[in-house]
Amino acid sequence: MFTGFFYTLKEEKVPVTPTEWMTLMEALNRGLSGGSLSGFYYLSRAVLVKSEAHYDRFDIAFSRYFDGIDTSDKLAERVAGWLEKSLPPLKIDPEHRKFSEWSLEELKKALDERLKTQDGEHHGGSKWIGTGGRSPFGRLGYHPAGVRIGGRSNNQSAVKVAAERKYRDFRNDDTLNTRKYEVALRKLRELGKNEEVPRDQLNIDKTIEATCRRAGLLELVWDRPRKNTVKVALMMDSGGSMGPYARLCSQLFAAASRVNHFKDMKFYFFHNCVYERLFNDPFCMVRNSVKTTDIIRELDPGYRLIMVGDASMAPSELTMVGGALDWGVENDETGEVWLKRLSEHFSHCVWLNPVAEYLWPPPGERFYDTIGIIRSIFPMFPLTVEGLERAIAKLKVNR
Amino acid sequence: MDHNIYSGTADYLVSDDLRNAVNIAMALGRPLLIKGEPGTGKTMLANSIAQALGMPFIIWNIKSTTKAQEGLYVYDTVQRLYDSQFGENDVSDIKRYIKLGKLGEAFSSERQSVLLIDEVDKADLEFPNDLLWELDIMNFYIPETGETITARQRPVVVITSNAEKELPDAFLRRCIFHYISFPDEEMLASIVKVHFPELEPNLLAEAMKAFYWVRSLPGLLKKPSTSELLDWVQALVVGGIHPEKIVSEIPFLGVILKKNQDFDQVLKRIHSAGGVQRQTGWTAGKKYL
Repeated sequence: MFTGFFYTLKEEKVPVTPTEWMTLMEALNRGLSGGSLSGFYYLSRAVLVKSEAHYDRFDIAFSRYFDGIDTSDKLAERVAGWLEKSLPPLKIDPEHRKFSEWSLEELKKALDERLKTQDGEHHGGSKWIGTGGRSPFGRLGYHPAGVRIGGRSNNQSAVKVAAERKYRDFRNDDTLNTRKYEVALRKLRELGKNEEVPRDQLNIDKTIEATCRRAGLLELVWDRPRKNTVKVALMMDSGGSMGPYARLCSQLFAAASRVNHFKDMKFYFFHNCVYERLFNDPFCMVRNSVKTTDIIRELDPGYRLIMVGDASMAPSELTMVGGALDWGVENDETGEVWLKRLSEHFSHCVWLNPVAEYLWPPPGERFYDTIGIIRSIFPMFPLTVEGLERAIAKLKVNR
Repeated sequence: MDHNIYSGTADYLVSDDLRNAVNIAMALGRPLLIKGEPGTGKTMLANSIAQALGMPFIIWNIKSTTKAQEGLYVYDTVQRLYDSQFGENDVSDIKRYIKLGKLGEAFSSERQSVLLIDEVDKADLEFPNDLLWELDIMNFYIPETGETITARQRPVVVITSNAEKELPDAFLRRCIFHYISFPDEEMLASIVKVHFPELEPNLLAEAMKAFYWVRSLPGLLKKPSTSELLDWVQALVVGGIHPEKIVSEIPFLGVILKKNQDFDQVLKRIHSAGGVQRQTGWTAGKKYL
């Protein structure tokens, strides 16, 4: 039962696996959902969802799949009278709890029909809506896949809870805070390949252990040091069109400066596009700048290059000699040439763009927008936590 | 195990969905993974479960150097060597030198216990994976003695994480997950009341107002949460602060905010009442240059 729900979750990109689905089935078999939809909501969320970042997608999937099984007030009122008197809860033989035989559609249809034909209270039976019985509909009774009707007035229906989307803020495709960026950046690590470095670190614990096992005869145990070997160069656009994204970029910048697990980290700034010079601070003054060719010479191709910018400028700035916005820049070659030079030098590079992804033209599109051109030079990702994670996955593997 | 239903304790208010998650995890015998903002009571939860169900409470604090093996057992070879040279003890009995770790302790406990594995994300990436097998089958083998330690009672395992590292997928698949979200105003007020039953309603209302104002400020590095509010209310009570002053002055601000930059930002806003300067992104970023 509910197999459709599994696929709805998949469609909404909640990473569910069959293992977890089986756990959910086991839980349902034990009656842990309490026979109510809200019980099922909390149960399935606890079992299937493993990150608060996916709560919102789960809510969307849940309300999509279960929309319409509203145990609405009207329905509740009509049936409430019948449910007033209760029988003690029933115990049920586990064999009867076979969920696979019940589908939501059938249940809904059957409930409709029964509401039409039933004319009064009914308790303890196995067909009519009532309490304490084995019918799929009613309260306090046991049916493997029953629909609970009503409940206390303050009881929110699960669909309603899901529809509230309380966890919207935790989505990781939203732009979040510095900390989230930090966590994402930390994933960019490559512990030194053991074969490359000599065993020159004394492992004291293992030495003591080995020595004691040999009854005190000294035995030294050496390890290869494990260090992150990743080096990063971050180049950020601080041009005028980046104004609206300044906060976002400064958050990324703050996160990148705080993450100290890289072997080396370089920061550079540019104004709209990279030309002969890169700047050491966001003010982009020539007196505090370095030649781009020097940087290319200085940084070996193993540096991971992260470009940050909206990639939006007048096409001339990118495609024409002398198109640079600033007077001080010599600009004998086009911005496009310089960008290509960077992307050819560094074997791993990405471009993070704060402009929403759906606004980007396809790569190679040269007519409307400079984003399209730059996309064909750098793999481009949105500047969100999820985008950063995707970018970092890209930076880990050689192109 | 149906008789073991957790429903919170007098000093720990639990939301419906959290209570459900705890009971689901116990019924299924799966570890319960708890995430949430710092200070929302992740660690307190395990304590509360142990209290409510009258179970022994075992805490395993994880540090960056903690190895999974330490949770099972440690073979004290140094002591054994010492004893063999100077000792009075019988060194042929290796059992004497095997010390059970926290997980081993929970397994061998006579009664069902609550095991808290605190801040699992502090440890090495491989740490959670290394424990998977033991948590699944609830036993482990000690090759030195040829002994197998099997859980007499499957312990209730609560694992907390501050999301400093991603946890491995294989580990996540086996856990029941719950995210403790920041409580809404009503819930927060009742949490404060549980800790300070005698509190004047006036003071509580003002403190909450100021607290939510601080929380709502954009760009805080560390938003204050429940535990900070509780400490702050305590400070306000002890300091005998008049409720009227709370919102306008926010006394003892250092109790709520722990980061320098946050502190400065809020101070600036309090003093320049009305004319709040909007910090532009790059000047904020410059502090890190």
